[in-house]
Amino acid sequence: MVSGRTDQPPGTTATTYGARDHARSQADTSVLGMPTLPASSAGDLPSGVDAGAMLWDEVLDAGEYAAHVLPRGSVLRLTDVDGDACAHVALHHADLPSERLSLADTTKVQWQMYPSRGSLLLSDRGRALAAVTADTSGRHDTICSAPNRADHDAKYGDGRVEGPCPNARDRLIVALAKFGLGPRDLPPTISFFKGVRVDPDGALQLDDAPAPAATLVELRFELDTIVSVANAPHVLDTRDQFTCTPLRLTAWRSVPTRPDDPLRHATPETHRAYLNTDDWLLGRAT
Amino acid sequence: MTPLVDVVVAARAPWSGIVPAGGTITITDLGGNQAVDCLFYDAQDHAERYCAHTTMAAQRNIFLTVGSVLRSSEGRPLLEIVDDTCGRHDTIGGACSQESNTLRYGHHTKHQHACVENFLFEGARWGLGKRDLVSNINWFMNVPVEPDGTMGIVDGISSPGLRVACRAERDVLVLISNCPQINNPCNGFDPTPIGVVVTGA
Repeated sequence: MVSGRTDQPPGTTATTYGARDHARSQADTSVLGMPTLPASSAGDLPSGVDAGAMLWDEVLDAGEYAAHVLPRGSVLRLTDVDGDACAHVALHHADLPSERLSLADTTKVQWQMYPSRGSLLLSDRGRALAAVTADTSGRHDTICSAPNRADHDAKYGDGRVEGPCPNARDRLIVALAKFGLGPRDLPPTISFFKGVRVDPDGALQLDDAPAPAATLVELRFELDTIVSVANAPHVLDTRDQFTCTPLRLTAWRSVPTRPDDPLRHATPETHRAYLNTDDWLLGRAT
Repeated sequence: MTPLVDVVVAARAPWSGIVPAGGTITITDLGGNQAVDCLFYDAQDHAERYCAHTTMAAQRNIFLTVGSVLRSSEGRPLLEIVDDTCGRHDTIGGACSQESNTLRYGHHTKHQHACVENFLFEGARWGLGKRDLVSNINWFMNVPVEPDGTMGIVDGISSPGLRVACRAERDVLVLISNCPQINNPCNGFDPTPIGVVVTGA
């Protein structure tokens, strides 16, 4: 079937030559959700970031996902462009993908449910995958993880991954499959830009009021990491329409957390997380 | 009815077994203040497993007690809590591991026994591995969250003889680590045995 996004007259794709011309005529089409390649050609770079250091620039429209390997020392900026995005994020250690983000250890080890600037995102092997180095949102969620097909079937009437209201869990399963990983490899995910708070009786409250445009979070990676992101509504979003505004992902090469960075010594737990991370790196070629 | 299983699980030990659809598993805190780390898997498809986060989101509360439906990663009910004389149970605190112990307490705890060791060894009997370990339930463990987000494992609210029972909605594989942790208050710093009883439908 010919895409509706064309001004070619019908019938011109009846031959291989016509089909080739038709396909090639789509070049330079621009849509909201797409990557910029090479990443160095992206516009509106973060202050101080050299175009030559760019590793990834991509916008995810509602329901879209992307995944990328980001090296140790790189920084990923997630930008809630219009203030109503929700970034569901899975992290896997690229050298050892059975090692992945652990929300339980991230919160328990740091004695804190609500991540913010200075928080580490810990693996289930006691190492720091990433550190939160900037956060103008302050509203994130380590409790509810990504909604699944059943959640979206119930809320929107159709939660199929190929449907109009794709659920974040299935999107991330597809993302991982492209790295040879299966559904068993998908850990509970963290979500950014929608806040969940716990009442004293344990009840959960979602703070999903619209945020200012260009609210952002930055993660600095401490190990080479497979980063998988789906931009889709939060599971506690009560709106009956599938609502999610664009999310921009911008990554660039920077330097790993330096030995004298105060973050390394912020708490006894972060200090030991960096010791464990450094210990892994001793065995790797640098 | 004669139980399918009626065992005392020693302090620090793992246990695993099947609870048939319609059957019930009852866990009793024999000595008091004993955390029991627990995971559930669909017995026919281990890829579908207990999901703490789906469970909490669906009931909009972090604490587990009577009426809590323990849901799978796909949102389907695996079990429901049908009896609970303790009052509430944790599912945000996760399982202790050698690695997380080094972060929480220091590297001197590296070689102390931990729940993840139990889960990995016991799970291997069923073909489960590292990637099958997800956020678990901690029966009888007390993990409050303060208004500023501070959370932590604190003194238990359980006492000798308190129990919790779950009815299985389908055949489930149960993986238990009778928590060997000696560095936090979840076991009163003294791991003790638990009772596990499984009855059929």
